[in-house]
Amino acid sequence: MKYIDEFRQHDLAKQLAQVIAQTVNPERHYRLMEFCGGHTHAIFRYGVQDLMPSNVEFIHGPGCPVCVLPTGRIDNAIQLVEQHDVILCTYADLMRVPGGVGSRATAALPPSMAVASSRNSLLKAKAAGGDIRMVYSTQDVLKIASDNPDRQVVFFAIGFETTTPPTAVAIKQAQTEGLINFSVFCNHVLTPSAMQAILDAPEPVSIDAFLGPSHVSSVIGSLPYETFAEHYAKPIVIAGFEPLDVMQSSLMLIRQLNDGRHEVENEYSRAVTRDGNVKAQALMAEVFELRPQFEWRGLGLISNSALKLKAEYAEFDAEQRFEMPAIEASDVKGCECPAILRGAKKPQDCKLLGTICTPENPMGSCMVSSEGACAAYWSYGRLRGDVATSAESP
Amino acid sequence: MCLALPAQITDIDFATQMAIASVDGVKVEVSLALVDDVKVGDYVLVHVGYALNKIDEEEALKTLALFAEAGLAAS
Repeated sequence: MKYIDEFRQHDLAKQLAQVIAQTVNPERHYRLMEFCGGHTHAIFRYGVQDLMPSNVEFIHGPGCPVCVLPTGRIDNAIQLVEQHDVILCTYADLMRVPGGVGSRATAALPPSMAVASSRNSLLKAKAAGGDIRMVYSTQDVLKIASDNPDRQVVFFAIGFETTTPPTAVAIKQAQTEGLINFSVFCNHVLTPSAMQAILDAPEPVSIDAFLGPSHVSSVIGSLPYETFAEHYAKPIVIAGFEPLDVMQSSLMLIRQLNDGRHEVENEYSRAVTRDGNVKAQALMAEVFELRPQFEWRGLGLISNSALKLKAEYAEFDAEQRFEMPAIEASDVKGCECPAILRGAKKPQDCKLLGTICTPENPMGSCMVSSEGACAAYWSYGRLRGDVATSAESP
Repeated sequence: MCLALPAQITDIDFATQMAIASVDGVKVEVSLALVDDVKVGDYVLVHVGYALNKIDEEEALKTLALFAEAGLAAS
C-alpha cells in the first residue's frame, strides 16, 4: 500500500538500528517521550524498542484522547441518554470506557461482581436500552439528526486537533441546514498545552526529548512547537506513525541531544508543513474558543488546554442545551492509568495489568483504547523478557 | 484516535465537497471540506471521514532517501 509499505521495510529498519547503535553515546541514557498513542502503538507492534540500544528508552505520553478523558465526562454522557432520552453518537473508542459511578444499567447487579462491573459504560447503557450509536464521521451524525427530527441528537466529541476540525465542519453545516436537534458535547483538547503540563508538573518526569505528533501536526503545523523547544530546551522531532518514521525520528533526536541542540525538526514532511492546514485552523478558530481550564485524567486541571463552542454557536452546545452538572468520579482502585499517562509509570508496573484488566475487560482507559499504553503492551509487548509474570494470560 | 490512512482520490463531487477515495482498493466516502485544490489521483490523509491534508510525493521520496542514506552509513 503506497505511503505505508515503504515505511515498514524490514531491511531498512535493521540498517537504521545499526546507525542508531553507532550514534548513541554509551555513557548516557536517552529518555524520549512519544506524545501520541499512535507512536506507542507503532513502537510495540513493530518491536521498535527491541531494535534500540538499551540506553534509549521510550516514555509513553498522554496522547490518547480516550485515555485522558476524565471518567466524570463519560457519566455525563450516560446521563444524557438515561435522563434526557437523546440519541448519543460517538466514535467507537469511547464505547467501552468505564465511567466513574454505577447507574440504572448496573444497579441490579449483585454486589459480589467486581468493582468495574458496577461501573457503567456507553456499551452497557446501550445494552440497557439507551440509543447510543457508533459513528465513523461527523457526517453520519448530521444524517442521523436529519433522519430523526423529533429526537435530540448529541455528538459526544473527543479528540485532539486532528479530530476537532471535522466537528467544526459539522457544527457549521448544522447551522446552515437548520438542524436544530443537533448538538455537541465538546471534549476536544489541545496538544501543546498538555506537553507543557508534563514538564511543568510539580514532580516532572525526566524527559530528554519529544517525538512530536504526526497528524495533530499536519493540522497545527510545526510552528507551535518552536517556542516550546526554545523555552524548555527540549528537542522535538515531528514523526510519522510508521516504524521507520519512529526510528529515523529517534535518530534525529539522539543526534540533537549529542550535539546539545534543541530544535524542532520535521521527519514527517510528506504530511506536515511549518504552517499546517490553515483552512482547518481557521474553521476551529471560528467555531471554538479556549476553556479557562479542563481536567485531564492523570494530569489534573490544565489551563487553556481544551475547547468549547463560541457564543455564536451556543445553540449547538449540549452543555448549554441540557443540564449537565460536573461529576467527580474516582478511578478503579489499583488502576495506574493516571501515573502511566504522566509517564511516571509503565504498564508493567500496574498490578491489574493482565490479571483483571485486559482488552476484553478493561479497568482503565489505557487498556480500552487500542492506542493506550496498556493495550499496546498487552497486545504486543507482554511476551518480552521484562514483563512481570502476573501478566501471563489467564 | 489520531490515526489517518493514505488514500487516493478517485472521484469528486464538487457540489457537496464529497469524494470517493481508495484505501488499498477499498472505496471510502471522504469529505473535502478541510482541503483545497484536491484533484482525482491525489493522495490524501483520511481521518474520521475527512481528508486532512494532501500527501507530498516529493517529500515522501526525500524521507525514503534519508533512510537509504542511513543504510549506506551502516554498511
